[in-house]
Amino acid sequence: MKELIHLKNISKSYGDKVILDDLSLVIHENEFVTLLGPSGCGKTTTLRILGGFETPDKGQVIFDGRDITNLPPNKRNLNMVFQNYALFTHMTVADNIAFGLKIKKKDSSYINEKIRYALKLVNLEGFENRSVKTLSGGQQQRIAIARAIVNEPRVLLLDEPLGALDLKLRQDMQYELIRLKNELGITFVYVTHDQQEALTMSDTIVVMNQGYIQQTGSPEKIYNEPENAFVADFIGDSNLFPAVMVRDRLVAIDGTEFDCVDTGFGTNRPVDIVIRPEDVKLKNENMGTVNGKVTDLIFKGVHYEMCVDVKGREWVAHSTRPRYVGETVGITVDPYNIQVMNKPASEDEEAAAVNE
Amino acid sequence: MKSRARFLKKIYIGLIFIFMYAPIVLLIIQSFNKSKSRAKWGGFTLEWYRTLFEDAGIIQAFTTTITVALISSAVAVVLGTAACVAMQRMGRRRKNIIMGVTNIPMLNADIVTGVSLMLLFMSIGMQLGYGTVLLSHITFNIPYVILNVMPRFNELNPHVYEAALDLGANPVYAFARTVLPEIMPGIGSGALMAFTMSLDDFIITHFTTGAGVYTLSTKIYSEVKMGIKPEIYALSSMIFVTVLVLLVLVNRVQHQMVRGEGDEE
Repeated sequence: MKELIHLKNISKSYGDKVILDDLSLVIHENEFVTLLGPSGCGKTTTLRILGGFETPDKGQVIFDGRDITNLPPNKRNLNMVFQNYALFTHMTVADNIAFGLKIKKKDSSYINEKIRYALKLVNLEGFENRSVKTLSGGQQQRIAIARAIVNEPRVLLLDEPLGALDLKLRQDMQYELIRLKNELGITFVYVTHDQQEALTMSDTIVVMNQGYIQQTGSPEKIYNEPENAFVADFIGDSNLFPAVMVRDRLVAIDGTEFDCVDTGFGTNRPVDIVIRPEDVKLKNENMGTVNGKVTDLIFKGVHYEMCVDVKGREWVAHSTRPRYVGETVGITVDPYNIQVMNKPASEDEEAAAVNE
Repeated sequence: MKSRARFLKKIYIGLIFIFMYAPIVLLIIQSFNKSKSRAKWGGFTLEWYRTLFEDAGIIQAFTTTITVALISSAVAVVLGTAACVAMQRMGRRRKNIIMGVTNIPMLNADIVTGVSLMLLFMSIGMQLGYGTVLLSHITFNIPYVILNVMPRFNELNPHVYEAALDLGANPVYAFARTVLPEIMPGIGSGALMAFTMSLDDFIITHFTTGAGVYTLSTKIYSEVKMGIKPEIYALSSMIFVTVLVLLVLVNRVQHQMVRGEGDEE
């Protein structure tokens, strides 16, 4: 894929508060990139720098080989879908969608055709003359997207666009967005704090915290091979434990040795490990690597969630088969399901890793 | 018991209204009194209204009042709205401080405002007259505009303006198409209130005006010093009715503003 956007060493502060610190990121053509992180991690600021609504203190924004760092938003060939939609409430749906085209002095037959096309694309045909005020949240969201895409931007920026919708609608819209992106064949840069949303839609996820990029990679990579404790903790439920790397392919958790697949950490070195709850297998007593006692059982719909006390540490396990409170169970983990990570080295990394 | 309590309540409210409005009613009645003596009713007449409109001094004062009110409220609307644009971008603390400072002239005694403006104009060597009156009116009108416009800015979704920029609009066009329609009710009621305040003002005008320049209120004051003529009743009645109509209008605009918000729900 061709490189389309390059953020180079971007720094941004408000007063004493550092929002972004030397952030660099490459976004390719036709890629669905999600900036994921807790509130205050700098993801929205990054998006607003891309849109031209903020100017970085340091660094460059390169768009298609051109430096656009100081270009105002109205001169950029990208469009944004704002949080809370930001529709023009005193105009009709058609006037909202036509806003950008009228500025570009397109003729009216072109504009009308574009409005029809955009409304069809977002499944709101025939809504031209409706007042924006009469639309539901989901419909307003679609209009906001239609208003942005009629301008045929190279990149669509989306700032938590589904945040205000209820769960069912949000899931529907996720599929809609994926479909839209495939039909339009343009780059999407999407900001969210919802890890499920990020995993569902993205080609690439950029996990951010406290102004730093923690990890960049495909959803599978981010989920299965988190590079540090923050990513592991932020993406999905996880058992995040301190452990000791005894030697290559052998890790000890609270003194219990487990086989793993990681190498190159040295011998007897303190590390962090992550095991996803669905990878913790519960067997009968003495049938696993170590025994534990079930302390909690919750029905979650698709599966049961069980807490198991192993040598004073609480393990979380997901399974379709319940194990009841008080039961003693054996625990096994497949070697490739144990993800070994370096302990944070510097204080900065430490700060970035602890707390959301 | 209950009906008696209600009866007493009605008496009480009636008394309040009599105290408040009896003098004005009396004034209006006197303006139609044919007899020059205030003690007796000499029959109905429009004579005093007619002579009023033949009095060149009064017509002059009327013109001054209206032009000062129009120009000062228009200028105050532009300056006040510009101030709101800037204040909206400030942090909460700074915004509150500036709001407090702009509110002071409204609460300040008019005589203090008037005397201090007069001192200022004289100390910088300005000739007191139409210009200084106009400047003073602009000064005390700005806070009323801010008071009316700022709440609209607070309700504004700041991303709406950005969305217009994002779609290719330049800053002026984006402001005119997205922000202005949203704050228009505030500008309308602010302009009406400023106009009314300017029309209504006596004290500040009295201190900042120069020789030969009168507004209606200062004209009445100077005439009264020479002895009260029935024309003054007619003039005062007309001012009262004008201000009353304007206040009702302001209320209507504000009411519509509230209703408009209800529609959005």
